[in-house]
Amino acid sequence: MATPLFTALLRLADDHLILGHRLSEWCGHAPMLEEDLALPNIALDLIGQARALYTYAGEVEGAGRDEDALAYGRHERGYVNALICETENGDFARTMYRQCVFAVFMGRFWEAAVTSSDPTLAAIAAKARKETAYHIRHSAEWVIRMGDGTDESTRRMRDAATYLAPYIGELFEADTVTDALSADGIWPDPPALQSGWIADMTPILDQALLPMPDLGFAHTGGRQGVHTEGMGYLLAELHYMQRAYPGLTW
Amino acid sequence: MADKSPEIPLWEVFIRPRNGLAHRHCGSLHAADAEMAVQAARDVYTRRGEGTSIWVVPSAQITASDPADAAETFDPADDKVYRHPTFYDIPDDVGHM
Repeated sequence: MATPLFTALLRLADDHLILGHRLSEWCGHAPMLEEDLALPNIALDLIGQARALYTYAGEVEGAGRDEDALAYGRHERGYVNALICETENGDFARTMYRQCVFAVFMGRFWEAAVTSSDPTLAAIAAKARKETAYHIRHSAEWVIRMGDGTDESTRRMRDAATYLAPYIGELFEADTVTDALSADGIWPDPPALQSGWIADMTPILDQALLPMPDLGFAHTGGRQGVHTEGMGYLLAELHYMQRAYPGLTW
Repeated sequence: MADKSPEIPLWEVFIRPRNGLAHRHCGSLHAADAEMAVQAARDVYTRRGEGTSIWVVPSAQITASDPADAAETFDPADDKVYRHPTFYDIPDDVGHM
């Protein structure tokens, strides 16, 4: 039986690995060279954070699984990321809106986790905070410029906001796992992060001339391993190297 | 990669590698405005820890010498070797200069 801390670490690690992988899909395809470097740069930050979280999760579990075993050695139903992280990239507007939503959430999460009673999580949070601050700035600048840009960029950004709105609420979900941990001061209570998320998003969305999304309805299931159709294709590519060369090293 | 829209201007990027050194020109990039140019410069030119400070300048704001005038601009300096500080013996006690 997995402990709450292991489960929570796995969820957070999966968020970062899966979103990092999605961003990496832009490598070589971004609309301009500058973004072709910026997006994989953010992807590498996310995958680096995932590595730290997987490694710690493996230690907490104590079953001998390392970061690679956790990242590459599970079936689709074993991944417990939030669905927004696996949503397909769509166009550049959708990718940037998704990044902004997630980065602002993580900004609040890491800020709270810095004071966690778990010193390892607090240390991971202290490092990740700086990286996340940059992700917020970069994605927010694009959301603002495209939202309040040309007719085409405005249309694309509005479509992105509409498409992604029902995937945001899942980030703020609580269950017995998070309840047990937040009661002990180990893990930030997800619903408590929502007001901060709204406060941080408000000036961005105002400048982007976009409405605040309705968080009332949310697709859910990611934390139980129930995924969207795109997840299988994502994992097929993510797992390829470990399937072809099990246990490979550089 | 698609052609850049002519509305996205070009910026020259200057990076200061360490405190105490001057900013040095390291390249150029496209960005919609100054704020985005600084961010792009960070991603394009400081990924390996090259910098502690970034300047960006609109390329259109740079006034350059005309290559056609190179002869009159630069050649007169060629035969004035006495301007190089190489005619002095430095005492050993001075050490490295």
